[in-house]
Amino acid sequence: MDLLPQFSLATVVLLPFIGALLIGLAGRSATLRNALCWASALAFLLAVLGLFTGFQSGQVADQLVWELMPGLRIAFSVEPLGMLFLLLSSGLWLLATPYAIGYMQKGGYDHLNRFFACYAIALGSAAGIALADNLLTMFLFYEILSVSTYPLVAHTGTAKARGGARTYLGLLLLTSICFWLPAMIWVYAATGTLDFAAGGILEGQVSPLAAGAMLMLFMFGTGKAALMPFHRWLPAAMVAPTPVSALLHAVAVVKAGVFVVLKLAVYTFGLDFLAEMALSDIVLYTAAFTMLTASLIAMNQDNLKARLAYSTVSQLSYIVVGAMLANAIAATGAGMHMLMHGYGKIPLFFCAGAIYLASKKTLVSELDGLGRRMPVTMTAFFLGALCVIGIPPLGGLWSKWNLVSGAFDGGYGIILIAFLISTLLNIAYLLPPVLRAFLKPLPDGQPATVKEAPLMCVIPLSLTALGAVALFFLAGWPHALVSQIFANGG
Amino acid sequence: MNLLEWLPFIVLIPLISSGIVACLPGRFWPWAFTLLAALASAVIAALVLPEAMGSELSYPFGNWQPPIGIEYRVDAANAFVALLVAGMAALALPWAKASVDQEIPERQGAFYALFLMALAGLLGITLSGDAFNIFVFLEISSLATYAIIAHGRDRRALLAAFRYLIMGTVGATFLLIGIAFLYMMTGTLNLADMAERLPEVSDTRAVRAGLAFIIVGLGLKLALLPLHLWLPNAYTYAPHFVTVFLAGTATKVALYVMLRFIFTVFSPDYSFVVLPLSSVLMVLAVAGMFAGSWVAMFQDNIKRMLAYSSVAQVGYMVLGVSLVSAIGLTAAFLHLFNHALMKTALFMAVGCLAYRAGSLKIQSLQGCGREMPWTMTAFALAGLSIIGVPTTAGFISKWYLILAAVEAQSWWLVGLIVITSMMAVYYIWRVIEAAWMTERPEGATRLKEAPLSLLIPTWVLVALNFYFGIDTRLTVGASSAAAEALLGVPTGGLP
Repeated sequence: MDLLPQFSLATVVLLPFIGALLIGLAGRSATLRNALCWASALAFLLAVLGLFTGFQSGQVADQLVWELMPGLRIAFSVEPLGMLFLLLSSGLWLLATPYAIGYMQKGGYDHLNRFFACYAIALGSAAGIALADNLLTMFLFYEILSVSTYPLVAHTGTAKARGGARTYLGLLLLTSICFWLPAMIWVYAATGTLDFAAGGILEGQVSPLAAGAMLMLFMFGTGKAALMPFHRWLPAAMVAPTPVSALLHAVAVVKAGVFVVLKLAVYTFGLDFLAEMALSDIVLYTAAFTMLTASLIAMNQDNLKARLAYSTVSQLSYIVVGAMLANAIAATGAGMHMLMHGYGKIPLFFCAGAIYLASKKTLVSELDGLGRRMPVTMTAFFLGALCVIGIPPLGGLWSKWNLVSGAFDGGYGIILIAFLISTLLNIAYLLPPVLRAFLKPLPDGQPATVKEAPLMCVIPLSLTALGAVALFFLAGWPHALVSQIFANGG
Repeated sequence: MNLLEWLPFIVLIPLISSGIVACLPGRFWPWAFTLLAALASAVIAALVLPEAMGSELSYPFGNWQPPIGIEYRVDAANAFVALLVAGMAALALPWAKASVDQEIPERQGAFYALFLMALAGLLGITLSGDAFNIFVFLEISSLATYAIIAHGRDRRALLAAFRYLIMGTVGATFLLIGIAFLYMMTGTLNLADMAERLPEVSDTRAVRAGLAFIIVGLGLKLALLPLHLWLPNAYTYAPHFVTVFLAGTATKVALYVMLRFIFTVFSPDYSFVVLPLSSVLMVLAVAGMFAGSWVAMFQDNIKRMLAYSSVAQVGYMVLGVSLVSAIGLTAAFLHLFNHALMKTALFMAVGCLAYRAGSLKIQSLQGCGREMPWTMTAFALAGLSIIGVPTTAGFISKWYLILAAVEAQSWWLVGLIVITSMMAVYYIWRVIEAAWMTERPEGATRLKEAPLSLLIPTWVLVALNFYFGIDTRLTVGASSAAAEALLGVPTGGLP
């Protein structure tokens, strides 16, 4: 396996940033820009795969980049959860690249250099979060991610886009600066370190009550995990062009949020300590509440992208619930759900974009009979929906399986019921678009000829949907990967 | 000659050069000579700092031994501030050429002479160990500052300078009265000597009144709310170069003198126990942070917005002082230094903008990000520093400030600091959004990018903001040494 390049951790993080710089300088040549987009995504994927092989054989060294002050370091290290997040985002970046290029060109958008440069920076920041060795590094890349996605959300520059982008950036910065930053400084003041360590760093250093307060600050401070009442930014971000909603607001950004939650739970608080804390139940039930409420809201959204956005809010809370259940099974399920939901949700967004490109339709109620005109797209949508709901033979089953058995193991009956109701709600809001498209007739006067979106869009959405199917059969390896965290007594 | 004998030249070089520059003709030589003088001062100050970190340096003037003669007494605290002031002047002057040529086309000799006098005054205040000498230098720098502010092209600059003159004179008079009270009670003007003699007479009304007069007088120069009224107009209408220079230096020096009186002349026990100074300063600091940021959020003129932001930032520094701990004082010194870096960078970027655009109204700047990308990027990056994003200098000071508040168990202060940071996000973001996310209005003239002679110094300052956000050895080291020098105890286990 020496064919794959072996880069140091900082280089892996740096690769997308270099790509962004080159894309930004690409000038007016569309060919050059597209080539650079492909090259960055490909190089990043290869680097991540190289890292993965190195990680499996245990050869990856931690890397200290810089020490700001004694104890405050920018440093990288790799662990199973981060590895999973990296594999997810790098793989989907490559699949999203043709979609984004096709979509942006077909849709006639301007300022594409800025767009693709920011796109790459966002992926680089996600990699920085995934590999962060301490809270400070994580915070740094978290903020870069918030700021670099602002131009993407506001891309069209209309008053509506700017308003949405303002809500987006405002909420993300507000939560991170007002809650996360003080919590981080508190941890530093209490323990003198910010490093992640297996089993947590807080146990024995602070009282459970203080730790509970920290937990609240951290969890609500991680705005990207979209816990209510700080979830408004995600629907607001839907004004962005669809490739952004697909890769960033179904994968990179939101998964960065729940990744932070998981990482904090496992490596800062420690699951055992988390289980002792009375206050963690508040977060747990808030997440459960978010899970159900967002689903209920999603049912009433006629706009397809808004419906998917609320669905994401709801699914993110599955992962937060998984982290707060504070046992190994649920945490494993939460880690796997990052991957499964990524592969389930991205085809849904791809399809929403393809439908918009091919027929300018944005509402669920307009989808009648569309299955006849866009059979491939709607089939992919169906598969993606099944994956998010968690029905075999799609990957989503396994993560929910673990989450539910984790809740059962922990004796949380209410959470168990919440999971069940939520699954029913998932069916209720994700299947109607499919049913309308395939079972209802086309409105009068519309020809039933096949008219799909450009191939550049259809191929990626089919591939990601097939990926969701494949994960049903290949679920063993993400499970094995995440289980490594708990393998040696962590 | 050893280093000690060079010490007074930090002040003397600008003071003497001022007379020479006044006689120089044309537009090049006054500027070049001023630059040389400022550079020379900065170099000496940089050489003195490492010496002063270890021990206290004392230079008696004319070999008259203190307390009879005037002495310059330098420890880590004022060596740090002197380096900041001289360094900022040396960094701002390369920027000044193009901007001053545009704004003050004639009689530049007189302008630069006044500037040097202001600089010499500020440095003199910083280094002097004699109370009356501090007052004299304060007057020198203030009078010169009123004059250079009045050079602004806008006629309102005259009124702004006049208001500053009135308020500044009131402040200086308060300081003088305070010093006179202390002199009356102790019979000495030397600060170190005064500190030794004060405990005998400390329980008198005159001494307490003296300290109160000094604090109020310096509070005026420092622009501590509610004594900040002169600052927004003075900063807005002064020539851009003057604003750039003042923003990084004048208020900082006033804060240093205040700390010198509170901590060295009076002991912290006296200042904070006998007088309820800690709570007074804390309330005023918090009020300043809020009022400054709040008003800044609604300003149309960018320069004025930054001026109000300065009022808020002064609040942060004073807040650090009011916590009366080693970390708090370190945070105050750190922010003193870092704020000079970020505000100077911001005002430089605004100066670049003004050089091309003329108007600084936020509406007239719509869409200028595409036409002046380097200027606006510099503004945005310096803005990140004021917000306190990691890897910028602003993050380091905010980190220490919050750490100090956490250490003092003042959770509500932590909340207030982060809320005002969010307000900073708002007012910086307003400019960025106008510059990049809106289209240029119909019929607006096309702006050209600012000339390199302005851009390069601006970017140097922006780079320094990031450099000191990453390499904190100098700033944190010097700040904790300064805090140590003022508190008189080793701060020991400072992280």
